[in-house]
Amino acid sequence: MPFLEIDNLQKSYGTAKILKNVSLEIEEGGFLVLVGPSGCGKSTLLNTIAGLEPITAGEIRINGQRVNELHPSKRDIAMVFQSYALYPNMTVAENIGFGMEIRGVPKPERDKAIAEVSQLLQIGHLLDRKPSQLSGGQRQRVAMGRALVRKPQVFLFDEPLSNLDAKLRIDMRTEIKRLHQRMGTTIVYVTHDQIEAMTLATKIAVLKDGILQQFGTPAEIYNNPANMFVADFMGSPAMNLIPATVAMNGKGLQVVMEREAREPIKLPIAHAPAGLGAFQGKKVMFGVRPEALTDPEGADRDAKAVATADCHIEVVEPAGSDTFAVTNLGGKPVVARLRADAHIQPGSNAPLAFNLSKAVFFDPTTEDRIV
Amino acid sequence: MSAASQDVATRNGVFARAAIYAILILFAVYYLLPLYVMLANSLKPLDEIRQGNMLALPHQWTLAPWLSAWSTAQIGVSPTGLKPYFLNSVMMVVPAVAISTILGALNGYVLTKWRFRGDTIVFGMMLLACFIPFQIVLIPSARILGLLHLAGTVPGLILIHAIYGLGFTTLFFRNYYEAFPTELVRAAQIDGASFFQIFRRILLPSSGPIIVVTVIWQFTNIWNDFLFGSSFSSVDSIPLTVALNNLVNSSTGVKEYNVHFAGAILAALPTLIVYIVSGRYFVRGLMAGAVKG
Repeated sequence: MPFLEIDNLQKSYGTAKILKNVSLEIEEGGFLVLVGPSGCGKSTLLNTIAGLEPITAGEIRINGQRVNELHPSKRDIAMVFQSYALYPNMTVAENIGFGMEIRGVPKPERDKAIAEVSQLLQIGHLLDRKPSQLSGGQRQRVAMGRALVRKPQVFLFDEPLSNLDAKLRIDMRTEIKRLHQRMGTTIVYVTHDQIEAMTLATKIAVLKDGILQQFGTPAEIYNNPANMFVADFMGSPAMNLIPATVAMNGKGLQVVMEREAREPIKLPIAHAPAGLGAFQGKKVMFGVRPEALTDPEGADRDAKAVATADCHIEVVEPAGSDTFAVTNLGGKPVVARLRADAHIQPGSNAPLAFNLSKAVFFDPTTEDRIV
Repeated sequence: MSAASQDVATRNGVFARAAIYAILILFAVYYLLPLYVMLANSLKPLDEIRQGNMLALPHQWTLAPWLSAWSTAQIGVSPTGLKPYFLNSVMMVVPAVAISTILGALNGYVLTKWRFRGDTIVFGMMLLACFIPFQIVLIPSARILGLLHLAGTVPGLILIHAIYGLGFTTLFFRNYYEAFPTELVRAAQIDGASFFQIFRRILLPSSGPIIVVTVIWQFTNIWNDFLFGSSFSSVDSIPLTVALNNLVNSSTGVKEYNVHFAGAILAALPTLIVYIVSGRYFVRGLMAGAVKG
């Protein structure tokens, strides 16, 4: 049975609809990440789960119980805010203990819980300091401590890492994942960073303009994006979306990509989705991730359908671990991810291997994936 | 060459600095002159003042005018000095400042952190209250004080001052709390704190500078008020400003200028002390609203 259910949730400010019929659920101990560009409604969704903002229609259930009408403090949740929201006039220990103090927990019990949490997060030496005397990473830990000490049914994280510098962000990401594995508490986590979403989540919900675009495991979202928005948003560098046509070639379908001043590339499609037959002779968007477009030596040996084509390389970008090469197909720049030591020169022609078992197709009018 | 030009620049800097200090000192003397005249003459016997030469220091130092102004000078019909009126003013100012500051803080808290439909209109109307000339409301105020049976009493004056201060105190606190992070309020809500607990435990401890600004502003205005004091007081609730007027403007007997000077300084002393003690915070608080972060 799902632990946290969001059922047909709607949220409006006056006439502006912020969330449109969002339905989600996550099992106990799951890690749900809400991801999307700014203004997509993901933080609003989190605030409605917390009870900080009322909802217009729909239902939110935690552990089978409807919580729509419950005050935030009665929902048995804890939240970590983007700005950490540490009470500036209280010490670290008082910050962590404030909730318990309000609930009338006796002091010895409080001190014990604070000591436990501060040991878990290694902030024991900071307990007497004020938030203004802490670094960004330390504040982040205290904010998590304040949430952890409640032992809630659900943790809510609102872009908790976005105020940290790049290196600390990756460290804290690992730490959050480790904490989740250790405590096994259900987490709902908001971010605009798709890498955070991929690395942390057991389930990802991609939102855009208040509409749920896709809900699934990270692998589903990454390999089988529901539409062009999800395909473009998840993954870095983004998935190549190449205008192409579908044609019949003897016994199978093939995808045809126009090129400037050269004959088009024609590639046989392996495991064509059932719906693709209807697109014969029509335009489609051919989606292929940069790592599925590589130098022939670096191609995935287990891939079932690899086709090689000679491409004109316009730009080469060595990135240390990989080398990115930019070519042009169907009038759009296309990024290929090659091995770091691939010998390739800008301006030359080089063979590129298309891993067609990883390719996806989109209907250019509806922007949905062809299945 | 660069060393020489640097030398010239330094010399120019010294001249400019000297000029600035000269002008500043001149203005400081200009502004301090009235205070000097008042102090010097309040410490002279009346004869010395009559001889002219207001600017001279006393030949014969005396505290008699101060003692007279405080406890024996003729005010109205009785020779009580300013003492009872000073107490009237204290009993009026302290509660009025406290009430208007607390209510202003609560208003600011609600108007920024507990937004409701039409909150900007409510705030706009409160803001408008800052611009209403007091003379316009004299008659309605008198009527309401009469209806409440508070006419001519200290509580009546407290009520009037607290209400008329509310526009300003609300403005101060609203603008201060506008910059106060809402996420802190939300965190406290999740921690289970109530409306008043959040106000008392989270907002008030961070409100030091704006409380100082509000208290100085309200204290000065209410202490110095003459219009309401003269309109709504009766014999036993006359505030200090009105009493000082009665002392100075008495039409009988000799004009005791030294006593008048001493009385005026006594009347101004509390506001002066408030400024000296907390002026630092006043400037800081005024700046806090202007420059965010």
